[in-house]
Amino acid sequence: MRLILTNCSVLGKETRDIYIADGKFCEAFGEADADRIIDVKGALVTPGLVDMHVHFREPGQEYKEDIGSGSRAAARGGFTSVCCMPNTSPVVDNAAVVRSIVKRGKDVGLCRVYPIGSASKGLNGEELSEIGLMKEAGIVAVSDDGKPISTAGFMRKVLEYCADFDVPVLNHCEDKSLSGGAMNEGPVSTSIGIRGIPSASEDVMIARDIIIAEYLGLPVHLCHVSTKGGMRMIREAKARGVRVTCETCPHYFTLTDNYCENYSSNYKMHPPLGTQEDVDAVIEAIVDGTVDCIVTDHAPHHQDEKEIEFSLALNGIVGLESSFALAYTYLVKTGKITLDRLMDLMCHNPSDILKLGRGGMNIGDDADLAVFDIDNEFVFDKNKMLTKGRNTPYDGWKLYGETMLTVMGGNITYEKLC
Amino acid sequence: MGLKNKDLLGMKQLTPEEIMEILDTARMMKMVIESGNKKTTHLQGKSIVTLFYENSTRTRLSFELASKYMGSASANISTSGSSVNKGESLLDTARTIDMMGTDIIIMRHNQSGAPHFIAPYLKASVVNAGDGMNEHPTQALLDMLTMYERFDTFEGKKIAICGDIYHSRVVRSNAIGLTKLGANVSVYGPRTMMPIGIEKMGVTVADSVIDCCRDADAVMGLRVQLERQKSSLFPSVPEYAKFYAITKEALAAAKPDAFLMHPGPCNHGVELPTEVYDCDQSVINEQVTNGVAVRMAVLYLLMARRNEL
Repeated sequence: MRLILTNCSVLGKETRDIYIADGKFCEAFGEADADRIIDVKGALVTPGLVDMHVHFREPGQEYKEDIGSGSRAAARGGFTSVCCMPNTSPVVDNAAVVRSIVKRGKDVGLCRVYPIGSASKGLNGEELSEIGLMKEAGIVAVSDDGKPISTAGFMRKVLEYCADFDVPVLNHCEDKSLSGGAMNEGPVSTSIGIRGIPSASEDVMIARDIIIAEYLGLPVHLCHVSTKGGMRMIREAKARGVRVTCETCPHYFTLTDNYCENYSSNYKMHPPLGTQEDVDAVIEAIVDGTVDCIVTDHAPHHQDEKEIEFSLALNGIVGLESSFALAYTYLVKTGKITLDRLMDLMCHNPSDILKLGRGGMNIGDDADLAVFDIDNEFVFDKNKMLTKGRNTPYDGWKLYGETMLTVMGGNITYEKLC
Repeated sequence: MGLKNKDLLGMKQLTPEEIMEILDTARMMKMVIESGNKKTTHLQGKSIVTLFYENSTRTRLSFELASKYMGSASANISTSGSSVNKGESLLDTARTIDMMGTDIIIMRHNQSGAPHFIAPYLKASVVNAGDGMNEHPTQALLDMLTMYERFDTFEGKKIAICGDIYHSRVVRSNAIGLTKLGANVSVYGPRTMMPIGIEKMGVTVADSVIDCCRDADAVMGLRVQLERQKSSLFPSVPEYAKFYAITKEALAAAKPDAFLMHPGPCNHGVELPTEVYDCDQSVINEQVTNGVAVRMAVLYLLMARRNEL
């Protein structure tokens, strides 16, 4: 497909036309040679976004999501690359499952789907998965996400073994002996009688991982960091040269545990929503560079698993289709960070941490891009989502940054008819 | 007249005026209970179902008697022997009861927020008879009725509550209701059973049982669930009884005319020594009668609201 996008406001800096042929950005060519010419009318054009933390539930839980519906949701959110967590059924702990996910991603063809392998066999927290063989088959990292990498001793083995294969390690930070509740522990959980999860549960695990990474001199990436204490420790660790990187999610800078007051499970996730102090600390850490990536932790669940009693409902919310708009509205439009910084958080940094080679917009680079309307407010509507999940807390929110067009490898993967 | 909301989910949802209306109505209902002819027509032609996912003696029986004294058709379901054991969801069960023409569903559930979750889906009014660790509003109302019969006002009164604060829905409902009416609530229990941020609910955390009871107008004990010992929240019953029980000495620190309450069932010798349970200041048995009166008042006022619509 030969494509010309005219009047592109590229990263908000220069307005020009973009030419795409054979899946790559290319030199200008004549309109007569184009299969399609789209006038984006001065809308914002960015590199295709990268989300290094999603749950596409395939194989095994296709009633929640599959690689097809997940890829469509990613494209609608402006994402051209996603990394899928391994807590599927069966678990992604061997090369055969990795190959099946890679193939399904390519067959669907709407998004670059990168599998993440489990660190331990069957997420059992005891035996290493076949990390080398999985690397050959296409994993970009390992994680036991959904669970923490069990013990300090096992974490050490995972970091050391992964170093041989240059595989990044991503850890879900939770000390299970401290957690066990259903929301953040504090005045709100006390008032509504829901068992609380102390922020110390996340902080203890972050401290453990920093200590081990520092001792070994090896890199570690901390998933969905949500607490004030966690951000402080990561900031300090980075300052003294520990090879630690981290991510956070839009819900940790837009929502507090006050939203749990009515027992709606669309505010139930792990780690749990924190206090306003945590939200402020997450934003501060995004601004000062402590946070490397914004991810969604896109976690679709079926209605039967969410529209039930709060403590029994499963953890997680969907996020691919609201992530950019939330980040743009709450971080860039408010003047807290620049658009360039947002691109680091949502594209370049995750690509660099996982060595995906994404985010280029020069001639010869893969043509992955997204077009957003940042000038007009829109109402986020859960019923328009392309994910199978309906578990979003953002229904009815007024945001800026609606996706107009997504192109992956030179093909249009999402298009909102203007 | 009547209540503002369709449901009685908790003390959180009641205004001070509504609480006082319930208490005033309950005092009249108590006269019915104490009269020779325990029969009114307030709920004639109405249907009330109790749906209990947890065990109960007092709450369930007092709701059932309250509805029968006022002439309603009443039925009860418990989880054993119902389709709940076949795995039917809470919402499906509640909708099924709703569709049988039920006016009021009285539910006890082990999950906090369970009544809040089902209420918007139902035509019937939902009365929370205890949800997890959240609230037990009719218990607080009967406790407040017991106090109201002895106080002219709640304003400035000190109420001491001792025991397992963390897991207690009775404490939450009492703290909310009493502070709404201007009382000062003091709580004490092992730190392992004291929820973080409880003082944000407007209560004071005391340093000892005696400190908690000092100059109190009323003292309330709470049942210690003995299974908490297994989760290491306290080391042994004798140790709990020594440091956390409401002893004679603790009760003596309260005002001379203070009275002792307990929501029951009581573990004698754990949270209350038997001689304290049976002492002259104890109004524990009277609380039971007040439980029926308060539940009659709640059912009556909820039905009055339904009749107006």
